[in-house]
Amino acid sequence: MRLRVGTRLENILQEGHFAVTVEVGPPRGANPDVMRKKADLLRGCADAFNVTDNQTAVVRMSSLGGAKILLDEGLEPVMQMTVRDRNRIALQSDLLGAWALGLRNCLCISGDHQKAGAQGKLKGHPGAKNVYDVDSIQLISILKNLGDKAVQEGGDSLDEPAPFFIGAAWTPFAPPEDFRVIRLAKKIKAGADFIQTQAVFDVARFKSSMEKAHKMGLTEKAAILAGIIVPKSAGMLRYMNNNVPGVDVPEDLIKRLKSAKDTQTEAVKITIELIEAVRFIPGVKGVHLQAIEAEEMLPEIIKKAGLLPRPKIA
Amino acid sequence: MIIGEWKPIEEIVTMLDKHKNVLLVGCATCMAECSAGGEKEVETLAPLLRMAMKVKGRTINIYTKTLERQCEWEFIEELTPIIPKVEAVLSLACGIGVQAIAERFPEVRVYPGVNTTSLAIREEPGLWAVRCEACGDCMLAETFGLCPIARCAKGLLNGPCGGTRNDGKCEVDENVDCVWKLIVERASACGRIEDLMNIRKAKQWSHSSHGGQKRMLREDLRP
Repeated sequence: MRLRVGTRLENILQEGHFAVTVEVGPPRGANPDVMRKKADLLRGCADAFNVTDNQTAVVRMSSLGGAKILLDEGLEPVMQMTVRDRNRIALQSDLLGAWALGLRNCLCISGDHQKAGAQGKLKGHPGAKNVYDVDSIQLISILKNLGDKAVQEGGDSLDEPAPFFIGAAWTPFAPPEDFRVIRLAKKIKAGADFIQTQAVFDVARFKSSMEKAHKMGLTEKAAILAGIIVPKSAGMLRYMNNNVPGVDVPEDLIKRLKSAKDTQTEAVKITIELIEAVRFIPGVKGVHLQAIEAEEMLPEIIKKAGLLPRPKIA
Repeated sequence: MIIGEWKPIEEIVTMLDKHKNVLLVGCATCMAECSAGGEKEVETLAPLLRMAMKVKGRTINIYTKTLERQCEWEFIEELTPIIPKVEAVLSLACGIGVQAIAERFPEVRVYPGVNTTSLAIREEPGLWAVRCEACGDCMLAETFGLCPIARCAKGLLNGPCGGTRNDGKCEVDENVDCVWKLIVERASACGRIEDLMNIRKAKQWSHSSHGGQKRMLREDLRP
């Protein structure tokens, strides 16, 4: 089958390899060396490196800037793009700029509401005016048309097409749960090539959501990457279970990490078990790993999960 | 109706600091309905302001009046005899009333005593909730009579974000239902869930305030 865009991530998925992507959070500052250090730490560990767009609505280096630094370091980035802060004019302009700089993977998401920042340890900008001119599904359509038809949302043409390998998010467990797979179908219908899921801890529940997606033929149309967050402590698991919508952590798992002699060793073990468990669920084409502010844990985890070295592509 | 709530007394006192004679004007329509600016609230606020000024060592002469509607010129005319006696007007109307008085009586300063909040319904006694953003491009037919523009924190048009809490509330406010959860439930109850599978294209915000000042012209009603 012909590649649509030709990114490494697209190649890996198309060749049938089990893909590994990891999340790389840009710094709360302008120092490019922070991104370069993360690049050194993670080089070779994943097929693509997902750069977040002001997650939790706290101002950080832009995903476009962060992704470009990774690209210059020889890593393939996935630029995240939220619809919270930019209207369709700014989104499309930044997409064209990103493409011109060599960025080819883009993950389209709604973004955390600006009030989210105020709920954590940081102040954020809860008084900001949000945009939400388009939603994440409409953004996917925009990317699809920039690439396939060289047409802007408003109907004007581009000089030449700007094709991106298009990603979207899926939260299978949040209410209204029966609708979640329909929303996934809409994202794929709009043009999503790959899907990153909300963090999976309850594998049995995830398996049943995957079966629904599989029955609707969605797993054939887009590559679903199971989201896995490295559980750093029992407290973090408890917090996510109680406060992060769509994240469901089984009580046994929280207890297991709490009673572990060495939390970090157990966290690595749990993560590897999760990777192995989702790996053989029909339709799961890879994993998206997040070690929030603990990216140094990822190389060991990926190695021990038997996912290194990453395959070379032709 | 339009809803609003009193500005903090300290803010009002600061606004009125330089004035000795002030007219406090209520509005007997929306702001009376939401208990922010009817006759009752006017007569409650006036002594509170006098006291607050007294604490600061100032005396203030407050006239009070409540109009049927501050957004209609003929009712506003009732203020004409009082205006020469004051340097300032404190209006407890929505922003429309405040601007109408300022336009009719440019010789006095006009201050808002209310923060206008939204177009809302009274859900329960003492509880109002937004229902409309006056976007100028109503899509309630597509969303089973529930407005995601007014009631989704992100104004999403194609279903809920990943932030719906386990109990079905919005991630932004634990007291507010995720409107998309309600839309999905209502669509399911009608047996029309497949209607929500269509991808809703980007909205034309040009019909809302984003398209510049909104005017509505009806030639058939023109003089």
